[in-house]
Amino acid sequence: MFRFTTATILAGSIALAAAAEAREIKVGFIAPKSGGAAQLGEQLERGARLYIKLHEKELGGDTIKLIVRDSKRPGGPIAKAAAQELIAREKVEILGGVIFSPNAMSIAPLATAAKVPFVVMNAGTSWITTLSPNIARVSFTMWQAGFIMGEHAATALGCKTAISGYTNYPPGKDSVAAFKRGFEGAGGKVIDSIPMGGPREAPDFTPFFQRVKDKKPNCFYVFVPGGNHAAGASKTYLALRMKQAGIKFIGPGDLTHDLQLQSIGPAIAGTTIAIHYHADLENPVNAAYRKAFKAEYGKDAVNDFVSVGGYDGMAAVFHIIKSAKGGKITAAGAIAALKGWTHDSPRGKIMVDPVTRDIVQNIYVAEVVDDNGTLRHKTLKTIEAVKDKCKELKIGRCGK
Amino acid sequence: MAAALDIATTILVFGLAYAMLLFIISVGLSITMGLMGFVNLAHGAFAMVGGYITVKLVTPMGVPYLLALVIAFFLVAALGAVMDRLLYRHVYGRPELDQVLFTIGIVFVSVAGVSFVWGPDPQNILLPEMLLGDIDLGFKSIPVYRAFMIVAGGAIVAALFFGLERTKIGAQVRAAVDNRRMAESCGIPTGRLFTIIFALGSGMAALGGGLGIQILGGLKPVFAFEYLVIFLIVVAVGGLGNIRGTFVAALLLGIIDFAGKYFLPEGGGFFIYGVTFIVLLWRPHGLLGKA
Repeated sequence: MFRFTTATILAGSIALAAAAEAREIKVGFIAPKSGGAAQLGEQLERGARLYIKLHEKELGGDTIKLIVRDSKRPGGPIAKAAAQELIAREKVEILGGVIFSPNAMSIAPLATAAKVPFVVMNAGTSWITTLSPNIARVSFTMWQAGFIMGEHAATALGCKTAISGYTNYPPGKDSVAAFKRGFEGAGGKVIDSIPMGGPREAPDFTPFFQRVKDKKPNCFYVFVPGGNHAAGASKTYLALRMKQAGIKFIGPGDLTHDLQLQSIGPAIAGTTIAIHYHADLENPVNAAYRKAFKAEYGKDAVNDFVSVGGYDGMAAVFHIIKSAKGGKITAAGAIAALKGWTHDSPRGKIMVDPVTRDIVQNIYVAEVVDDNGTLRHKTLKTIEAVKDKCKELKIGRCGK
Repeated sequence: MAAALDIATTILVFGLAYAMLLFIISVGLSITMGLMGFVNLAHGAFAMVGGYITVKLVTPMGVPYLLALVIAFFLVAALGAVMDRLLYRHVYGRPELDQVLFTIGIVFVSVAGVSFVWGPDPQNILLPEMLLGDIDLGFKSIPVYRAFMIVAGGAIVAALFFGLERTKIGAQVRAAVDNRRMAESCGIPTGRLFTIIFALGSGMAALGGGLGIQILGGLKPVFAFEYLVIFLIVVAVGGLGNIRGTFVAALLLGIIDFAGKYFLPEGGGFFIYGVTFIVLLWRPHGLLGKA
């Protein structure tokens, strides 16, 4: 009798322990941690880690192990090798992160082959999502901001001619194509389009910008990656006195990236951009996010759009984990869960399009204003629930 | 016609400003290569450190920009002299592979060191009021900063030519470049000369680093690698150890680079390499180099 009881209690407690045993879910996170874009990688990771810290208790005892790998350069090979290692050796269940589009493009076939869900948290070239059925994107597409900026430049800003300048790699080509479509659709004319070197290191923009100045367009639309490139481009615009020459400086939000805005100097006030998020957005979720971000990383930390990509990206990862209900995480299950997923983001309401697996979100047209010595973005116009135009219109590789 | 003149002026002014910068930074590299037969791949690191010293003196400490440049020159020259006596002298006589490995190692150390101390973010400075704005030439305005670069570069070139052609130490340097053993036989202390030249070259690089922050699109820890190729091209196209050659090469490459990007942005940075290719096919020892 006595023996029997002990055995029962023992068996019972083992069963209990098994049920409550916390799982550790490995999430691979690829971002630049060295080189010219290290700062962007840090912002992305800060956003992701902040979400984990604030919400981990929602996983009912499960924990997330974020395994970070350095993608070093904008090009593909290093990121691909990192993804391979994360899948094969670390056995990650979900892949995420990625600042640069070519990184995401080279990882896509691995996500398909290994059947691992891949949450893109920054890279914005529109056709990335067509490369694998296991990709979902929570950041932005170049077409969202580019198209709207084009329309706004022709209508609200009254520009008849424009020149576009871009960093010569896929998102740059996407961005100027979107701008051209929007701008010319609204009656403007793009008179020149200038490739301005590769994404790896910021070049001296002077020869390109001087060419634009001499051609005297009404608007100058510039796509450069946020961070170093953005600061360099804005400074060159000011140094060449293009503002005084009456050329309006416009672009997607990378141009006046919150991270670099103060260092560009007050003369940049007046620049108009289109973007899905800026640090000064006024809504309760963003107010809480700004507060939490500064509490975690110091009062000088900037809650920019890259950090929000990491933050919302991790929200998507949490949704995948919760949807699996303790079972095995599969690519098919994860993507099915994310299709049509809605979320209250610091940028407003977002949704993953159930058809394209791409982000649907508000786009804000904003102007840089000088607020007593601090530069801020002031929202002029909100366009709600914007889908990716490139896939809507089936342009080029987006049509596949 | 007016438009053509306008574009020609643009290219000349911006190309010249870039050329002066290339010359100021590269000349030290050219002399050390010619004089000592020494390949100092870490030359760009001295320019980078000079740039950082300038930025850090101006921005947090409020030192005037021009004074900061002078301080950077002397600090880095001193650093160069110390490095020469402590480290470089041990590899002067060694095979080229040893020199390359040694100096590229120093570049890695400098990149990591600078990232560690000042972080990976790009550094910028706000130029003094007097260097902002435009100068009106009557038919066209040009930025004061570029004009200042040209004038400062011209003054440095003149001082260097004078120093090398008209002073005793200049004569000693020329003698040592031409025939080091004969110069030593005549009692010229080539070892000490090396240190002086090395310090001077390092200081010049620092000056270039400080002057060029705005032109080179901000200062980053990768600077030492990023521009190394360009400096080596200037030296190779000009001919090792030949100051006049380095100057001509800097002019040629600076102006062609700007004009190429201005007229044919699709070609990007290709032009500078195309010119190098052609020049070196035509004259393998550089424009004014000796076989």
